[in-house]
Amino acid sequence: MSAPPLPPETAAPPRDPVAAGPTPVAGRPVPRRASWRARLNPYLLLVPALVPIAIGLGYPLARQFVLSFQEYGLAQQFGRPAEWVGLRNYTELLGDPYVWGVIGRSVAFCLVNAGLTMLVGVALAVLMSRVGRAARTTLQVGMLLAWGTPVLATLTVWQWLFDSQYGVVNWVLAGPLGLAEFRGHSWIIEPASFYLVATVIVVWMSVPFVVFTTYAALLQVPAECVEAAELDGASAWQRFRHLSLPLVRPVLLIAALLQVIWDLRVFTQIHVLQRAGAPTRETHLLGTFVYSLSREFSMAGAMATVMLVLTLCLTGFYIRRMLREEEL
Amino acid sequence: MSATAPPPVAVPAVATAAVPGAVRAVRHRRRVRRRSRLARRLLGVLAVAVALVWAFPIYWMVSSAFLPTARLQRPEPTFFPVDGTLANFRQVLTDESFAASFRVSLAVTALTLAGAVLFAFVAALAVSRFRFRGRKSFILTILVVQMIPAEGLFISQYAVLDDWGLVNSVLGLSIVYVAAILPFTVWMLRGFVNGVPIELEEAAMVDGLSRTQAFFRITFPLLAPGLVASGVYGFLQAWNEYTLALVVMTEPGERTLPLWLQGLVEANRATDWGVVMAGATLIAVPVIGFFLLVQKRMSAGLVAGAVKG
Repeated sequence: MSAPPLPPETAAPPRDPVAAGPTPVAGRPVPRRASWRARLNPYLLLVPALVPIAIGLGYPLARQFVLSFQEYGLAQQFGRPAEWVGLRNYTELLGDPYVWGVIGRSVAFCLVNAGLTMLVGVALAVLMSRVGRAARTTLQVGMLLAWGTPVLATLTVWQWLFDSQYGVVNWVLAGPLGLAEFRGHSWIIEPASFYLVATVIVVWMSVPFVVFTTYAALLQVPAECVEAAELDGASAWQRFRHLSLPLVRPVLLIAALLQVIWDLRVFTQIHVLQRAGAPTRETHLLGTFVYSLSREFSMAGAMATVMLVLTLCLTGFYIRRMLREEEL
Repeated sequence: MSATAPPPVAVPAVATAAVPGAVRAVRHRRRVRRRSRLARRLLGVLAVAVALVWAFPIYWMVSSAFLPTARLQRPEPTFFPVDGTLANFRQVLTDESFAASFRVSLAVTALTLAGAVLFAFVAALAVSRFRFRGRKSFILTILVVQMIPAEGLFISQYAVLDDWGLVNSVLGLSIVYVAAILPFTVWMLRGFVNGVPIELEEAAMVDGLSRTQAFFRITFPLLAPGLVASGVYGFLQAWNEYTLALVVMTEPGERTLPLWLQGLVEANRATDWGVVMAGATLIAVPVIGFFLLVQKRMSAGLVAGAVKG
């Protein structure tokens, strides 16, 4: 095949051995024939990562979305084609006051837990930055132990701590504190006290992340500024409120956001506590509720979609900011 | 204005006024320092107290694991396992179901780890060493995917695996694990690859190495710490995960260790907490060590993913 005549600027360089040699003047001495490969390479390199994401996340997500507009129950699992039912699954779910109860409880649980975690976490981070090295190391070790232990192991201990007969919590309350009514008290039988226990556990295991992130951010606050403010007579609270806090604000926002995402989808803690003998219907949050619907694929799909939308609502501003961000 | 004042008068006046002021300032500072030293000490006590409260459940787990049931069922808790035994550990370790779950966990973790690290590494290279169409959308997808709650997806993940006969299989669970871990791993490794200047590679290429050679001889060794960190991260995720394992591994013979522990709790609740605590300790202790290795990078990565994304 003969190439059409090209204008001199875009013509291929002459195949002259002298000119085509790897001269440093020509920029990167990459061989010419590698160029098509270089253009293809990045896409080839992405394929191995994209395939499992597509199989494990993308396809289930799409399928679930489609399924939520269909009738898909036991009969369909044995091969009957699924029927389109439009929004019926959604109207059925959202017309049920119990479902709204679950949504309300989940949002409340999420906000209370995220709020408490942030409050305790920031307070402990400030504490960490104010104490001597020995005390700081001790605090760090305590936090890391709580953070690094597998969730299931910690849940197991917490069940033991709150055990009605031999648990330490009841022993402390009934013995040294003299509250005799806690002898043999069951903590998870009542929904309110169930959520209290769940909150204690979730906050306990979430706080370390906030502490370490905030502490790292506090270290970035320039010491000269703090000193200057101190000499000008600013109290400790004023220095924190007007100097440190604005500087660590971006990190706090992110940490709070992650807490909201994590606490809205809380599953393991609730599920394990339910299995410990709590009444499940009264204690369901979104995650365990979807799990309880697992026999009815379409309903579970619709509920999971509601959950996704809720997550997006709570985190929408964060995604917008990411989209706006120029440099990736 | 001060220029009108005669110098001989002004100098002693300034001196006498300045000295008491300076003395007061020094005294004030000394008082502040003394007060702050006391405050610091009190805060230190508080910090240690908080640390003890936070670490207590972990201590309690290990301590109870060494105690026989008769001890644990006394009205008074035993706070120090002075006459502890290893019987609980022995009972767990000789249990055939523990060994079986250990093997399942090991297989799932190994497969997940290999897949996640390899695929993420290659993708991180593409994203940070090449400029191509769709690069930004890929990074964005990775960041957004991380926010999809697995808890809103597991039913349909189960259905997909069920269609392909991958329920109750190590491969099936590993696929969903790799999908879950990949986004963060790509993000983490991308940071490491960005940290190795491309000029190093280019210099090697000027010296006559091919692009591939330059990469494997120069860049790859510098990336080893990043690969280790992301590997440990993947290990922790796969080893500790409960929710997806609960959904995918429904048969008792295919349980991973967290599921096994939950089964142990349900079998021994109220009868033998010592054995349960021994099981929890055995699962937890090796993992804590690994966790300490990557803790810093993990939190930095989470925050950076959110801040810079």
